[in-house]
Amino acid sequence: MAAKTLTINGRQISAAEGSTVLKAAEEAGVEIPSLCHLDGVYDVGACRLCLVEVKGASRLLPACTTVISEGMEVQTGTERLIKYRRMTLELLFAERNHVCSVCVADGHCELQTLAYSLGMDHVRFDYLFPKWDVDNTHSLFGMDHNRCILCTRCVRVCWHIEGAGTKNVSGRGGQSKIITDLNAAWGKSDSCTSCGKCVQSCPTGALFYKGSTVGEMVRDRSKLEFIVNAREKKLWVYQD
Amino acid sequence: MILGELNQLRDREIQSRKKITLRCCMAAGCVSSNSKGVFEALQKAVAESGLGNEVEVRGVGCMRLCCEGPLVSVNQDGAEDSLHVRVTSENAASILAYLKGGKARTTRVDAGMPFFKKQMSIVLSNSGIIDPERIESYIAVGGYSALHEALHEMTPAEVVSMMVQSGLRGRGGAGFPTGLKWDTVAKSPGVAKYVICNADEGDPGAFMDRSVLESDPHRVLEGMSIAAYAVGASQGFIYVRAEYPLAIARLQQAIKQSKQFGLLGAGIFDSQFCFNIDIRIGAGAFVCGEETALMASVEGKRGTPRPRPPFPAESGLWGYPTLINNVETFANVAPICRHGAAWFASIGTARSKGTKVFALAGKIKNTGLIEVPMGTTLRTIVEDMGGGAPEGGRIKAVQTGGPSGGCIPVEHLDTPVDYDSLSQLGSIMGSGGMIVMDDGTSMVEIARYFMEFCMDESCGKCIPCRAGTVQMHRLLDRIARGQATAAHLARLEELCEMVKSTSLCGLGQTAPNPTLSTLRFFRGEYEALLQPEMPGNEECLAGVSGQVS
Repeated sequence: MAAKTLTINGRQISAAEGSTVLKAAEEAGVEIPSLCHLDGVYDVGACRLCLVEVKGASRLLPACTTVISEGMEVQTGTERLIKYRRMTLELLFAERNHVCSVCVADGHCELQTLAYSLGMDHVRFDYLFPKWDVDNTHSLFGMDHNRCILCTRCVRVCWHIEGAGTKNVSGRGGQSKIITDLNAAWGKSDSCTSCGKCVQSCPTGALFYKGSTVGEMVRDRSKLEFIVNAREKKLWVYQD
Repeated sequence: MILGELNQLRDREIQSRKKITLRCCMAAGCVSSNSKGVFEALQKAVAESGLGNEVEVRGVGCMRLCCEGPLVSVNQDGAEDSLHVRVTSENAASILAYLKGGKARTTRVDAGMPFFKKQMSIVLSNSGIIDPERIESYIAVGGYSALHEALHEMTPAEVVSMMVQSGLRGRGGAGFPTGLKWDTVAKSPGVAKYVICNADEGDPGAFMDRSVLESDPHRVLEGMSIAAYAVGASQGFIYVRAEYPLAIARLQQAIKQSKQFGLLGAGIFDSQFCFNIDIRIGAGAFVCGEETALMASVEGKRGTPRPRPPFPAESGLWGYPTLINNVETFANVAPICRHGAAWFASIGTARSKGTKVFALAGKIKNTGLIEVPMGTTLRTIVEDMGGGAPEGGRIKAVQTGGPSGGCIPVEHLDTPVDYDSLSQLGSIMGSGGMIVMDDGTSMVEIARYFMEFCMDESCGKCIPCRAGTVQMHRLLDRIARGQATAAHLARLEELCEMVKSTSLCGLGQTAPNPTLSTLRFFRGEYEALLQPEMPGNEECLAGVSGQVS
């Protein structure tokens, strides 16, 4: 595969043809924040945190779905982008009930980590304090909608890696909700294989192993990566 | 079907015409004020008076002056004789008495008034004249001859180049050059290609596309067929919202008739060209008017947009090259084919060609449907054609483009209506909704209303639109209730800019427009509602800041 040369933040780098800006930046050691991207599943460009400035483009482009081209000039951390990212996080914190101090994912949460790293120390918008329930009907896992940021990682791993098609989105706008089957209780789902990939993929404490308490919910992303790449790398084949 | 048969059908239909035609509007507006009853009363009266050989009662599409419906137009020997308004099933029979020289008990309006005289009909040329439920009626006015001409006298590339030369721009709102879009789809490689007609008209107050579909459905089918021939597609879809039951029924009827007459299906007009059209009915989501969301919905998925590129022209429905145009865009195709690109390009302004249909609504005397050449000033539309504000009111602003557009203040009424002039004023052409506001309208309320609309219609996929519209609505609500300070207004403006720049699709990117445009022209109205920022004013400042948890 041919390589392409491009400039990220003024630095010339090269990356394989067909890579996304996000991937090329990652390889070059430039970190672009994101919440909906997950290695191994297709990208949806929904969280808008990975937006970058590309010279010649009239709009900001999501790094996760923008494919690199020769001579592309990308800026990943301008003042404007950082301001928008902070505001995006503020909107998320105000939208549902994110209370880090009592969350299972405290200390292992991507939303929390991003808020720290981007210096989002205040939320200037009204907290909405919506009333969302917790689905604890599954024997192994729980889903706390109060902590959900609707990144749809769980939906995508469920459909495209596990192939179960249990998780989905219902409603629209701020009323959107991750559901199991046709909005049945998770424990009553016929299609769920209890594989736990959704739990591994969740960036916040919305999906968790039952029994984990504050700060205990640690994810093992390498498991997901193993499953996604195992067939290609022939890791399923028994070798002696 | 061959050309000879088409001409035969046309001639037979013209010969069967009677001396006098009573045209009764059967589009949704008049139907809702009982034009069906009027139609039946007229038929009964004709039968009873024994004038059956001389008088035809014809159900037709929209006659435009919707505020005065039900409308009945009397035509004698091919010329319009009189237009009767607010006809009821009780006084309908008196129109016959009027024909015999007696007195009609109905109200008549002057068909020469500016509302009608300043219109120019291309898209609506058959609207109110032909019977939308009979294909013969469309054929009688030259229908489907453009399709025959395209199939037999032009190559697909020639059709595309004709569209490029015509200068037609997309009538869905954004104004993308139609010819360029067709060219891209035609040149995109694909084993299958699709043509989609976007009839998911959702802007509050807009009903142009509905009227076209209800009044002249075959025009849209013909336009789609010509487009399919030009780009190499063999399957088309019309995505129409479920809220338009009459339009759906007329489309279904039209498709059925076209198939019967061999104008849809295999080997159309004895050529190699095959094309079918299916209807997909929307389920009430405004965002499905956005092309990528619309295609997801056609595919049977949740109607949410996806990032572009890839554009539908390269990778659309099921990943195949897809041409997607609005109803009014397709409605312009057959006339361009019949009269030539140069004719079309001679109408309008330098960069906006042809005519535009607007749904004129709001605080204005004459509401209804108008079609005017591009470049007509807003003043002509609002004051001459619309008749100005109702008694006692003064026009304050004109809103175009619905929840994605902006408010144009009365000082700018001399602006010509074209894509570029409107966008310079922070509004957009939009699909054609035009809402007139008088001095009794609060601009903050308008901004709040449209923001509430966008908030309810956000699909929830991307964060800026999903959560941003909620917060912008709260801020607007706070301002409207008189509980905001200058800090809230500053936050609103900051958020507007952020949502505009970062949202995934057009819905979010344009949701701040009504707010930004009212702020641009009517900032004083916002500021008059603000409270002073001072210690002790905590009620106002509540929610301004909160420590992160």
